[in-house]
Amino acid sequence: MVAIALPRSNGPLARSLSRFLSNGAAVAGLMILLPVLIAVLTYDLWWPYAPNDIDLRALNKGPSATHWFGTDGVGRDVLARLLQGGRISLLVAGVSVAISLVIGFLVGALAAFGGRITDGSTMRLVDLCMTLPPVILLLVLASIAGTGIVPTIFVISLLSWPVLSRMVRARLLELRERDFVVAARGMGANLWHLLFRHGLPNCIDILVVYATLQIANAILLEAGLSFLGLGIPPPEASWGNMLNAARSTVVLEQYVWQWMFPGAALVLAVLAINFIGDGLRDAFDPRSDLN
Amino acid sequence: MLTFILRRLALGLLMLIALSVLVFVLLRLAPGDPIDAYIDPNVSMSRAEMAAIRARLGLDQPMPVQYFAWLGAAATGDLGYSIQRSGVRVLELVFERIGPTLLLMATGLVLSIVLGIATGIIGAVRRNSTTDVGLSVAAFVGISSPAFLTALLGLYFFSVQFRIAPSGGMLTPGAPFSVGDLLAHLILPAALLSIGQAALIMRYMRASMLEVLNQDYVRTARAKGVREFFVIVKHALRNALLPVITLIGSTIGMAIGGAIFIESVFNWPGMGLLMVNAVETRDYPVIMGATLVIGACVILVNLLTDITYAAVDPRIQVA
Repeated sequence: MVAIALPRSNGPLARSLSRFLSNGAAVAGLMILLPVLIAVLTYDLWWPYAPNDIDLRALNKGPSATHWFGTDGVGRDVLARLLQGGRISLLVAGVSVAISLVIGFLVGALAAFGGRITDGSTMRLVDLCMTLPPVILLLVLASIAGTGIVPTIFVISLLSWPVLSRMVRARLLELRERDFVVAARGMGANLWHLLFRHGLPNCIDILVVYATLQIANAILLEAGLSFLGLGIPPPEASWGNMLNAARSTVVLEQYVWQWMFPGAALVLAVLAINFIGDGLRDAFDPRSDLN
Repeated sequence: MLTFILRRLALGLLMLIALSVLVFVLLRLAPGDPIDAYIDPNVSMSRAEMAAIRARLGLDQPMPVQYFAWLGAAATGDLGYSIQRSGVRVLELVFERIGPTLLLMATGLVLSIVLGIATGIIGAVRRNSTTDVGLSVAAFVGISSPAFLTALLGLYFFSVQFRIAPSGGMLTPGAPFSVGDLLAHLILPAALLSIGQAALIMRYMRASMLEVLNQDYVRTARAKGVREFFVIVKHALRNALLPVITLIGSTIGMAIGGAIFIESVFNWPGMGLLMVNAVETRDYPVIMGATLVIGACVILVNLLTDITYAAVDPRIQVA
């Protein structure tokens, strides 16, 4: 009531932003993620060691003033590998999420606009993909695709689109019946116009929230694959294959810095991204002001 | 009710068929010659014999024909031979691993249900207290930390630092079988496996309990003078549990995912370890056989969950 009496209220985007910024957990997530991101992206400018530099005088040395996070079994700096691993993990997660966004949106749009038969068959396919536990499907696909950065991206993006396509479909089905879409159709708008001028802008909240949460998920999937030795193969660093070292009893028991730091980085990044994603979801939901 | 069960059964069967098509297609996409799965590598063979086997197995037939032949064999339990372990039938390998996995997952599930529901109730009853906030944060960390990391941490602290749990395997090698020995090996992996599920159940339980506690009949019960403990346990809990039942069914997939990592860290001789070893050695018949069995189990569990849900909740329209 008060808002109506005011001469001008903030737009929906500004209100979303203020909702996001007043969410403590989301801001905390941002405060954790930003420094991590900056460190990961700029480490070669300020950190003296490269991820694959070998220091034979420092094998399996614990954290010290020169090697902050210690060194591994062949004398490589753990901090440098951790930061490079972060780059790889974020690269794999980012690219695979981008691919699954495209697939998810297109499949969802096809189901919503393509008529009953297309809708039925694509949604059954989605059901089927969601029946198998994701990790099982991940292992099966990884066994076919092999190891390496590109196959890992391929496997993860192939795995993560079904949920999104379902959400997009639900939104577009509702949108299809709205007056402005009916009007656009009546004026002869083609599918392309409907999808990208009307569909996409109205799905943007779903896509942003999904992308954020899915990045966290993709980081975990990549780490899981690499942990089992099926994702990013050494000598390339990733958080998962650094944790893989801990499958050897000696590393697990005696050189804890070699796996606890990457593990902590992984959980910290995933937690921060999840907080941000939850904050974004609440911020985009106009009803959340009512609580 | 009967028509509902029949309809769900039919749907489950359809899903199973679709799953078998998927597995078959993936099996053919996999590198290598499918004939490897059917011959015993210990027996030497000439090219003519290979061609004869190929013809006998129908591998020279078109794909749809091959599919139905494969499906017929799979339905009678013939999933081919392991490439890696020569001459061992896939079905035997899979069957001897089901028991340990079921034991691990069932224990984990019981632990997570008890833990999740109890902490969920506490969180809802003491809403916004320090306990509640602490539990919620713990649940968030539990959901965000991957199973392989919690497994490593659990192994490090309980087996290496405090030395109160064995460091892997299901039984002490060489020792005679005893239930105590099995339990000692079981409790740590099962507890670690339950973390993720417990955290998820807790969040749902808390939310659904909060909703129920605000309803009129709960207020009525309190107004009648029912003691708070009985209001929660007898009146509110029953209704609050309903959505959680569906959730438990849908977390089975997550639990299987977790079990794969836990089994591989703890060397637990279950399906997960079988699957990981098979993927590492590219033993495709075993991978696909295990996938088929796991997928069938998941479909069955979902079916059971749906039926349980319909049986427990009288408000569900059984149509």
